[in-house]
Amino acid sequence: MSRSSAIFTAFLSAAAIASGTSTADAYTAYITNEKDNTVSVIDTDKLEVIKTVKVGQRPRGIVMSNDGKWIIICTSDDNDVKVYDAKTLEYVKSLPSGPDPELLTLHPDGNRLYVANEDDNLVTVVDIHTSQVITEIPVGVEPEGMGMSPDGKVLVNTSETTNMAHFIDTTKHETFDNVLVDSRPRVAIFNHTQTQLWVSSEVGGTVTVINPADRKIIGKVTFDIPGITKEAIQPVGVRITKDDKIAFVALGPANRVAVVDTATLKVLKYILVGQRVWQMYFTPDGKQLFTTNGASNDVTVIDVANQKAIKSIKVGRYPWGVVISPD
Amino acid sequence: MIVGCAALASPTFAQDAAPQPAPSAATPAAQSEPANTNASEKKKITISILYAKQDRTEDELPLSMLDLPAADDGVAGAKLAIADNNTTGRFLNQAYKLDVLNGSVDDLIKGATEKIDAGDNFIIADMEPDALLKFADALKGKNALIFNVGNPDDRLREEDCRANVLHIAPTRSMLTDALAQYLVWKQWRNWLLVYGPTPEDKLLADAYRRSAKKFGGKIVQELEFKQDTGSRRADGGYEQVQQQIPTFLQNAKDHDVIIIADEKHLFADYFPFRTWVPRPIAGSAGLTAASWHPALEFWGGTQFQHRFRKLNSRLMRNIDYDAWVATRAIGEAATRKHAGDFDTLRAFIKSPDFEVAAFKGVATSFRTWNGQLREPLIIGTAKLPVSVSPQVGFLHQTSVLDTLGYDKPESKCKAYTQ
Repeated sequence: MSRSSAIFTAFLSAAAIASGTSTADAYTAYITNEKDNTVSVIDTDKLEVIKTVKVGQRPRGIVMSNDGKWIIICTSDDNDVKVYDAKTLEYVKSLPSGPDPELLTLHPDGNRLYVANEDDNLVTVVDIHTSQVITEIPVGVEPEGMGMSPDGKVLVNTSETTNMAHFIDTTKHETFDNVLVDSRPRVAIFNHTQTQLWVSSEVGGTVTVINPADRKIIGKVTFDIPGITKEAIQPVGVRITKDDKIAFVALGPANRVAVVDTATLKVLKYILVGQRVWQMYFTPDGKQLFTTNGASNDVTVIDVANQKAIKSIKVGRYPWGVVISPD
Repeated sequence: MIVGCAALASPTFAQDAAPQPAPSAATPAAQSEPANTNASEKKKITISILYAKQDRTEDELPLSMLDLPAADDGVAGAKLAIADNNTTGRFLNQAYKLDVLNGSVDDLIKGATEKIDAGDNFIIADMEPDALLKFADALKGKNALIFNVGNPDDRLREEDCRANVLHIAPTRSMLTDALAQYLVWKQWRNWLLVYGPTPEDKLLADAYRRSAKKFGGKIVQELEFKQDTGSRRADGGYEQVQQQIPTFLQNAKDHDVIIIADEKHLFADYFPFRTWVPRPIAGSAGLTAASWHPALEFWGGTQFQHRFRKLNSRLMRNIDYDAWVATRAIGEAATRKHAGDFDTLRAFIKSPDFEVAAFKGVATSFRTWNGQLREPLIIGTAKLPVSVSPQVGFLHQTSVLDTLGYDKPESKCKAYTQ
């Protein structure tokens, strides 16, 4: 056994002991299973599924309300967004969203929910408390990725067939800039200091890093894995560590997560995970990263510090989105 | 003389030609980086695409009502791509429009020449092989790029290739290779080949023979289906067909699967569930290979199908998909290059750097040696996709997509070699 895994085992035991008295280290991960119409609930301490609940049809994008009370899910085939109690997983209400919602993001104000409507070339803005549509913002063909700047001033939406990152002013709800990226942009995410915006291009096989201040392209991350065809490298999910130093990029049917240095934009290593890895989420302490592996029906847990996959957890069919509770 | 849809600028497409105003540019950015795309700062680019469709009135109708051609076959796909290009275009100050021209090949040459002389360069062509060659040769030396969506003839990409033609429609050899890979993957290697009497059926049968050799299938026997299946709409007929098909097959050698080469769908659909021994049908009925499937939902296909249906009130067919790809390829080139001038766009589209995402999971691109679109093909039944070829395990030194159809070393195309 390597030194690093020994340390990790020690950490696990400590966490296990701690959980006997308090649940401070145990978070709850929620996984949407696109094909099963369910959400798998995982205890991040035990690393096992503790509950599976039926939700609406074709659940995909999932977020948690800023107060941690609700999980909010795009139920694409129901053409709405459904709200569930994070603790009891009981249905609370449905929010209007426009047709076929896929991904969503919440404003830091905790109230405004931005939803990408793939069928209508719109981003719909919904007040989650009054359940009213505030406005709709026209964007490119097949809007998908939704990245909110940490200060809440800018929303970036990607459009999969237009191939752009649309910069939207969240006060005026208007686009003020559009940056062309490689084919089929899926996810947009800001780093924590707002100096970089990462946009993954699934068919283009690259990640474009943009300076949000002037919308100029800083550089592109490219991937090259021995034995894996170029076509199989399809970047989708991106997550950046709290210190902004490392980005994890899910590479779809390449079945790997790339670990990227955010300063050099070079890949440091590839972590083998399950099949067709798409979305990812950090535990609130930043120690673990959960990945959804659509084609192998599981979730891989990555030890962030050691950049290693530590466990696969079987969930429902075609796991798509993931979110983890703050407590 | 222009027949059918006589007006060059069809009023149906007026809405496509008038994109919504671009979203306002609240904080204009410095423009040294070409990736930034504030519409108001861009020079207006308008691209008008001609859809040229040859009248083919003598065609026999397919057996199934489900296969009856629609008046807007192909055009409907181009229309959707025009709308998609315009949605993108409003961020770039680009506008796209579509003109549709139906007629004889001479009408089409006349109409296309007028368009080219007026400064429009892109033509989507749905024509018979000889008509396409006549059309391409008549436009030789002019600033025109033709996208073939209507014809699978391999010779148009090989010995009869033309430098001003790109091919979106998959070739017969690509389609038969796609199906052959799947059958070999299934280990259903013994094929009974049934082919029809038309010249197209014979070419298709040739393609199956070639695919069998290429991937290790074995054609155990060949049968030509010469019987006239008659009028599609006779009230009744099943009583006789139910006797006719098993009798036709009763002395066949042992086989795993029956492959039928019936390009116009005049008899193949009579075969499933009427065979002498219980065997699956593939090729022109049963399990088929195609560039598209009306129920494909992989790779974001759902939204694409919804958009098509909303615009055209019907399901998307192969030729609609092919015309969408052609029209999107033109839009993609103009978007990437921020240009409308023909030389720039033609050079880019024909370059190895050009790619277009077309709901196939991987980028599609053009083979630089003959202008054929390189794409995954769908293996499906009438209702659902079954698989996607190339199949896992069929390898290639540059792109696995080039395991489908004639590859570069086999190419007989000279017009593309410089």
